[in-house]
Amino acid sequence: MGKKEVLLEVKNLEYSFDTYAGEVKAVRGVSFEVYKGEALAIVGESGCGKSVTMHAVMKLNPEPPGRLKGGKIIFDGKDITNYTDKEMQTIRGSEIGMIFQDPMTSLNPTMTIGKQIAEVILKHQDVAKAEAMKRAKEMLDIVGIPNADKRIHQYPHEFSGGMRQRAMIAIALALRPKLLIADEPTTALDVTIQAQILDLMKDLQKQFNTSIIIITHDLGVVADIADRVVVMYAGKIVERGTIDEIFYHPQHPYTWGLLRSVPRLDAKKKDRLVPIIGTPPDLFAPPIGCPFAARCDYAMKICYEAPPEETCESDTHNVTCWLKHPYAPKVTNPFEMGVAADE
Amino acid sequence: MSSNDKALLEVKNLKKYFYVSGGVLKAVDDVSFAIKKGQTLGLVGESGCGKSTTGRTIIGLYEPTGGEIIFDGEKVNHLTYDGRKKFARRAQMIFQDPYASLNPRMTVGDIIGEGIDIHELYTGKERMERIYELLDMVGLNREHANRFPHEFSGGQRQRIGIARAMAIEPEFIIADEPISALDVSIQAQIVNLLMNLQQEKGLTYLFIAHDLSMVRHISDNVAVMYLGMIVEMTNSVELYANPLHPYTQALLSAVPIPDPKVEKKRERIILEGDVPSPINPPSGCRFRTRCKYAMDICKEQTPSLREVSNGHFVACHLFS
Repeated sequence: MGKKEVLLEVKNLEYSFDTYAGEVKAVRGVSFEVYKGEALAIVGESGCGKSVTMHAVMKLNPEPPGRLKGGKIIFDGKDITNYTDKEMQTIRGSEIGMIFQDPMTSLNPTMTIGKQIAEVILKHQDVAKAEAMKRAKEMLDIVGIPNADKRIHQYPHEFSGGMRQRAMIAIALALRPKLLIADEPTTALDVTIQAQILDLMKDLQKQFNTSIIIITHDLGVVADIADRVVVMYAGKIVERGTIDEIFYHPQHPYTWGLLRSVPRLDAKKKDRLVPIIGTPPDLFAPPIGCPFAARCDYAMKICYEAPPEETCESDTHNVTCWLKHPYAPKVTNPFEMGVAADE
Repeated sequence: MSSNDKALLEVKNLKKYFYVSGGVLKAVDDVSFAIKKGQTLGLVGESGCGKSTTGRTIIGLYEPTGGEIIFDGEKVNHLTYDGRKKFARRAQMIFQDPYASLNPRMTVGDIIGEGIDIHELYTGKERMERIYELLDMVGLNREHANRFPHEFSGGQRQRIGIARAMAIEPEFIIADEPISALDVSIQAQIVNLLMNLQQEKGLTYLFIAHDLSMVRHISDNVAVMYLGMIVEMTNSVELYANPLHPYTQALLSAVPIPDPKVEKKRERIILEGDVPSPINPPSGCRFRTRCKYAMDICKEQTPSLREVSNGHFVACHLFS
């Protein structure tokens, strides 16, 4: 463990939005770290704060109404918590690249793809325009866009969805950043195109030794790409661990529920799906206890009264659940994880 | 197609073309299938393959360019107003986007009751009772009848959409991507609700979706579409265990399985390139431009959907 170098550390991050209706406590005390060269997946449902957390790291949330309430963000040894916009500009694009869910709205429709890639290079490095365009072309080759010579002079609308996402990746990786943040990068794409993009991301990760944070709600994508997983619910981390720990030894009832509620393409027989009853809590007034208590089959009295502390299951596996308390009844995961669980 | 003895819905050589500036967009081109009473046919494919257009043409939102739609022995395309109303009484649709498919100015009670009013099924107190009953059925409360759609979450809205479709006790429901806008934990709730309703009321479903795992879960039979045509059709167990068409194989292998150990071992078939434009699609087999088995004949002849083993239909020259 000790050998792995930490690239990004987020400590006790709290982030809120001030709205007319009151304060939305979107992220409430989130801590995790990303090691060099690894892929970390942040999973959770809409509104759980997974995107807000990463946008807070990049300072991309509009402020106001957004407001960083507390916590620390340390990137590559530097405390970037209170960086100004100007200081952030030295990091965004060059040290941390980001790709978004919808490649159409994140590309500039009035600029050619080549210029958009070259723009990143020109912004951060003192090179001639021609040189930047040459490197833009190389980037298109790297991300697998055929006819790069012609393609750099085309506009986003001339690209298909999958090609646009490739172009986004080309922009994000043009300066070989240490970290790539991918916010639902394949959600808007068809499965066969999703497979292409995930393959590309894995290839580039190996090639450039980039760390990846992938935000997703698709557990299949997580299983495909991630080394470690953070599970978020209602603005908090409920469980984090290595991919094997989360998929084969999950400890939190919410993680159990998530894994149980998706059908598997390779399932031998069709069991009934077990949904998680109810809906996530309102973040205007988050529950004082465990946020998942109201939907949890194992909720005890204490769960509604006080938030659970994070406990260590192993060096790499942390769970935030009252069931882990020594006085709590022993409950085991009612769900067996298919074939591989036997091994 | 075989076994049209008890088929509730039969679609024969359905075509739907759109005339656009670049030429003719053949969204649905010669699609045939049948659904037996009480069964579910899953229609899968990637965006632009024509699966939604197929559903919308069947229900009458689009006028078909060619072909026949036969519902319970009667032709239902090109209906008169009265004929359409009679058909609508028996066939309903659930839409993808629960935000766009509910009128924001109507209360939930009125949204659900609209079908009851149009078909003059109940009035006054009985009507309200029926609405309450429907709300109970889809897992909402009676008090919800007086509220407006914006007060509900995505999953709850989809329940309202289902209650609206169920209000006039249809026999056949077309569900067009009913769960793709919802969170995973909510998707399972809605799928279970749809399956319960089917069991209780003996409903027949056409389930349109791009999520292959969910389609496999809910369907008896599955048809795979590519660029306006059905390339493979069989029962859901057979399709996933023994896919024959190269496109089906690639599609299935592209779906990531939520199990890291399985996922690491899997060989994935990565398709090259993108789906070609449905305006002036490739000649012959439409998949040939991305198919690694493409032969000369694939360019010249469009393969027809033929039965290669019991109930397993494939449109590919490799099997003819």
